[in-house]
Amino acid sequence: MELELSEEQAFFHETTRKFLIAECPLTAVRALESDPAGFTPEYWRRGAELGWTHLLVPEADGGGSFSEHGLLDLVLVAEEMGRLVSPGPLVPVSVVASALAEAGTADQRAAVLPALVAGETVAAWCGTDPVDAVAQGDGFVLTGVAAPVEAGAQAQHLLVAVRTVDDGDGLTQLLVPADTPGLTVTPMGGLDLVRRFAEVRFDGAIVPASAVLGEVGGAASAVERQLQIAVVLQCAEMVGTADRVFELTLEYLGDRYSFGRPLSSYQALKHRIADDKMWLEACHAAATAAAVAVATRADNAGELVSVAKVWIGPHATELIQDCVQLHGGIGVTWEHDLHLYLRRATVDRVTYGTPEEHAERIATLLLGAA
Amino acid sequence: MFGDDAVPVDDAVESVDAFRLRARAWLAANMAPYHAGIDHRFVDGRLDDERALQRRLFDGGFAGICFPAEYGGLGLSAEHQLAFTQESMGYDMPFAMNVPTLGILAATLVDYGTHEQKLRHLPAILKGEELWVQFLSEPSGGSDLAGCLTRADRDGDVFVMNGSKIWSSAAYASDYAMCLARTNWDVPKHRGLTMFIVKIHQPGIQVEQIRQVDGSMEFCQEFFDDVAIPAADVVGEIDDGWTVATALLVHERNAVAGGSPYTSGRSSGHEIRSEDDSLTDMVRATGQVGDAHARQLVAEAHVRQRVGTALIGRITQGVSAGKMLPPAGSVMKLFSATNVMRRYEIGLELAGVTAAAWPAGAQGVGRRLGELTLTRQGLSLGGGSNEIQRNIISERLLGMPREFAADREVPYRDVPRGGSAGRS
Repeated sequence: MELELSEEQAFFHETTRKFLIAECPLTAVRALESDPAGFTPEYWRRGAELGWTHLLVPEADGGGSFSEHGLLDLVLVAEEMGRLVSPGPLVPVSVVASALAEAGTADQRAAVLPALVAGETVAAWCGTDPVDAVAQGDGFVLTGVAAPVEAGAQAQHLLVAVRTVDDGDGLTQLLVPADTPGLTVTPMGGLDLVRRFAEVRFDGAIVPASAVLGEVGGAASAVERQLQIAVVLQCAEMVGTADRVFELTLEYLGDRYSFGRPLSSYQALKHRIADDKMWLEACHAAATAAAVAVATRADNAGELVSVAKVWIGPHATELIQDCVQLHGGIGVTWEHDLHLYLRRATVDRVTYGTPEEHAERIATLLLGAA
Repeated sequence: MFGDDAVPVDDAVESVDAFRLRARAWLAANMAPYHAGIDHRFVDGRLDDERALQRRLFDGGFAGICFPAEYGGLGLSAEHQLAFTQESMGYDMPFAMNVPTLGILAATLVDYGTHEQKLRHLPAILKGEELWVQFLSEPSGGSDLAGCLTRADRDGDVFVMNGSKIWSSAAYASDYAMCLARTNWDVPKHRGLTMFIVKIHQPGIQVEQIRQVDGSMEFCQEFFDDVAIPAADVVGEIDDGWTVATALLVHERNAVAGGSPYTSGRSSGHEIRSEDDSLTDMVRATGQVGDAHARQLVAEAHVRQRVGTALIGRITQGVSAGKMLPPAGSVMKLFSATNVMRRYEIGLELAGVTAAAWPAGAQGVGRRLGELTLTRQGLSLGGGSNEIQRNIISERLLGMPREFAADREVPYRDVPRGGSAGRS
C-alpha cells in the first residue's frame, strides 16, 4: 500500500481492518479448516458490501472506487487479509470482475457483474496457460486441464484462455458457466487452511460464441493484465503476512527471557531482526511500486510486477521462516498461529507464476528469449 | 526576507518547466557529451577538468541550484534540481564535486556554518575552487565515530590540533575538510567534540595516500602536528560538534543513496542501465544467453537494483513525511551495501574463468567483474559498517535494548582504550 492514503482510502482501510478483526479472527479462520468453500457466503457478502468487489468495476456497472485507481484501494484489502490470513476469493473475483468490466459486452456485464459485485456469486480464473479449443459452428469445443484454479469449485463462472488449433497463436478468452456439460471441477487438497483450489477439466465442452470475452484471437494483453492484477494482490497479501509476523516476533523477543535477559537484548538476534526489517521494507516498496505501475498502466508494469514477485516471494517466506526460528519450538506447533502465515505466504509465493518463472520474464526483457 | 504582506508571488520564481527548457538549451550549447571512456574517479588531471566544468556551470547560472542565493546558489527547489539532473544525463559533468563536497560538506555548512563561513566558502565551492572532504574516522576505531582521539586544545584565538584521521576521499587533491576533534576530555564522549573547518595543505598536516586492493589511491590518512586552527573556523558550537556530525551523516546517507537536493547530475545509484549492461554483455560474450541459471542470475541482479530504487523512494518519502523515524535511512544503506555484495557475487559467477585471466592489457568485462569482487565490501564498510547499521535499525528504529557500552556517562579521559588506540 502507498505511504500516503487519502481520507477516503484511510477510512476504507480502517473499516476493512475492523471488520476482519471482529468477524474473522484467527480462531474463525481455523474453524473453517474443513469447510469445503473455506469461507462463509455471509462473510463474503458483507465484505462485498464494504466495497471489496466494487473497486475494479466502473460505477455504471455497480462498482466504484475510493481513489482514482481502484487497484490502489484493493491492495489495502489484500494486505489486511494477509495480516489476518483471511479467507475469501479476492484474487479470482477481482481478476474476473476487472476482465469483464474491461472487455465484456453489455449483455455479459449485465448477466454476471451485479451478483459478482454483490458478493452473491464467485468467479474463478483458470490462469495464463490456455487450453485447446476447436472452432465448431459459432462456438468452440474445449479440451484440456487447468489446475490449480483458485476457488474453482466455488465459482459459478470460469474465465478460461484458449488457443484455437487453427487460428494461429492468438489467445481467446471465454467466460464459461460452471454447469456447462463436459466441464468437470474437482476440489484439490492444499497447503492453506482456507484457500481452496480445484482442477478444472474440459472434456469436449461446447461453449457458444456468446461466451467470448473481447476479440477472438486477441486476448493476450488482457491475460497479461489479469496476471498483473493477480500478482499485485498476492504480493500485497504476502507483505501483510510478513508484516504481521514480524510484529509478533519483535514483541515476543521483548517478552521472552533467557539467561536472565530479554531475547531482544542479544546482538545476534537484533542483527537478524534488522535484516528481516530490511527485507520487509523492501517488500513493501516492491509491492507498492508494482501496484502503482499496474494501476496507472505504466509501460513497465509487467516488469515491476515480476520484480515484486521475484523479490517478495522468497523474502516474505524466508522472513516468516526466520521468525519461526526466533520463536523456538512453539513456532512449529499447530497451536501457534505462525504456520497459518507461513502456509498463506508459501501458497502466494508459488501461485500465479513462481518467482523463477517471473525471473525468466525479466531475463527475456534483458536478454531476449532463451 | 519577506514581510507578511510581501509574500513572493509564484511568477517571481521561474517554473520548473521553463527552467528545464532553459537548462536543456544551455547544456547543449556549453557542455560536452558524456561517453563511457570518461574515467570520473579521482585521477590526475580529471579533478582539474571537473573544477573547470563546475566553473562553467557557475558562470552559466546553473551551479548550486538548491543552495541559498545569498551564497552564490540559485535558491530554487528540489524539483528544479531534479529537472536539471535529468537534462544533464547525457553530458560530461563535474561528478566528483557531488560527493562529498556539495552533497555532504557544503550541505552541512548551509545548516551550521556562520554567515562569514558561508560567504567565504560556499561561492568558492560553487565555482569549483574548493574541494572538500570529511575528517571523521580515526585509525583507532572506525565505527565508534564519537570515540575520537584527535585533540584540539584552546590557546587564545586558536585551537592546536594533534592526532590522525583516516579514510578521507582524495584529501591529497582537496582543499578543505570538516574535522571532528576532542576539545573537552572531562565530559562523556559525545559532549566534548567540536567540528572545525581545516585547510588541508598547510604546515603541520601530512597527507598520505592509502593503496586499496584494486590499486586505487583515493583514500588517505592525515597526521596533525600542532596545527593551529582559528577559533573562527569552529562549525556550530564548541563541544557540540556531535550535533554537526550527526547532520553531516544524514547528508552523507542522502547523498550516497542518491536522494540529495545538493548534488547535480549523474551520481552513483542512478546508472541502472550500465550496470545491467555489464552483466548482459558478459552473458552474451560467454554464450550463456540460453543458460537457464545465467538468466536467473541476470534477472536477480536487475530485480535487486529495481527494488533498491523503490526502497530508497519509500524511505525518503516516509522520513520526509514524518511517517518513519530518521534512522530508517539505515535500512536503505544496509540494503544498498548487501545488494552490492550480492551483485558482485553474481558478476563473478557469470564471468567464470574470464575473471581470473585475460589477454595482457585487455580491459574486458571479465576483468572488471573480477576486480569488482575485490572491493565488494567497500560499501559495507564505508559510511557506517553493516554491523553499525544493524545496531541502528534494531535499537533506534525498532527500540530493542541498546548494547552495553563502557563509555556511557563517563568522562572521556577515563574510558578504557585498546593498545592500538592513537599514534603514540
